[in-house]
Amino acid sequence: MSPTSEGLLTIADGCLVLSHRLSEWMSHAPTMEEDIALGNIALDLLGQARGLLQLCAAETGADEDQFAYFREPQDWRNPLICELPNGDFAFTMLRLLFVSAWLAEVWPTLGGDAAGVAEKAVKENAYHLRHASSWVVRLGDGTAESHRRMLAALEGLWPHRGEIASEQWYARIEPVLTEATLSMPAADAWTQRSSADGWHTEHLGYLLAEMQSLARAHPGATW
Amino acid sequence: MTVAAKAWAALERVPDPEIPALSVVDLGIVRDVVESADGHGVTVTLTPTYSGCPATEVIARDVRTALEATYDAVEVVTRLSPAWTTDWIRESARDKLRGFGIAPPEGRTTLPLLDVGAPAACPHCGSGSVEELAGFGSTPCKALWRCVTCREPFDYFKKH
Repeated sequence: MSPTSEGLLTIADGCLVLSHRLSEWMSHAPTMEEDIALGNIALDLLGQARGLLQLCAAETGADEDQFAYFREPQDWRNPLICELPNGDFAFTMLRLLFVSAWLAEVWPTLGGDAAGVAEKAVKENAYHLRHASSWVVRLGDGTAESHRRMLAALEGLWPHRGEIASEQWYARIEPVLTEATLSMPAADAWTQRSSADGWHTEHLGYLLAEMQSLARAHPGATW
Repeated sequence: MTVAAKAWAALERVPDPEIPALSVVDLGIVRDVVESADGHGVTVTLTPTYSGCPATEVIARDVRTALEATYDAVEVVTRLSPAWTTDWIRESARDKLRGFGIAPPEGRTTLPLLDVGAPAACPHCGSGSVEELAGFGSTPCKALWRCVTCREPFDYFKKH
């Protein structure tokens, strides 16, 4: 694939993997409204991923389903932060903030056919970012227990920011963390980097096993 | 009959599958309709509302079915840019939304979008005293609100 498509694949895979993670909350979210919110966000991310995967697949003569269902873990290019298990609700919301803040930077940079996907995604992502920010503030600046959980989420996620952090990214999340009464950890603290070489956490394989099992058991099935 | 008038007339009768009070033309997602030179074929250009809206594929199928009654060859094309906005919803469709129990989007869309607006009034009783229950609703395009006066919950079509 061309370097352009490699870049698109990072975004597409990030959206698809995070979409799958959010969909795991269905019927398990703290409230029905939040169940619906996470489902809607997952759906937006799924649509965004499809839009880009269609472009990546077209270049290789494949289709989006082959990319989604028949690639092995080492071929996925999502930022590793997207594949981490959901943890608790605080962890899920802080991760959504981190990833949405990254997507807010990358969507406007896309050109060519991908710009059409991005033009829609920018608006949807802004709404996700707002939703995640409001929860991070609410939980961080909430009860002693919710603050403890958000702090634990921050400590857990910070070492996974390597592929998504930039100067703009730090500038975007710092005011949210401050309002949430959390101090932003050091930008130069250690971080894991890059799935570009095919290395992933052990979690992606399990995620893909679930996501890909039906398509692999019944190749070409339609319903 | 003007060019493609019969196609537009047929499209006026294709409802949105999730908000059947509106046609696909009311929603503003039909961007272009072009008849072939011999008048036997037609190409319809649609712009989807939200990236992952499950109604998108149903709409494309319904549009095709509706036009195949009149045309020998129907092509449905997707156009992503410019992206759909609630600014494209027809003025006359706003009353249809209210009649269906959905508060129409308020105001014109501005980018970057962080403001989805707020309903002007409860679509049930007309009270202006309303509050948001949840930013997301039963479909990607809606949020859940409640009327403080009549206490009925209702959907708000988010400005987008």
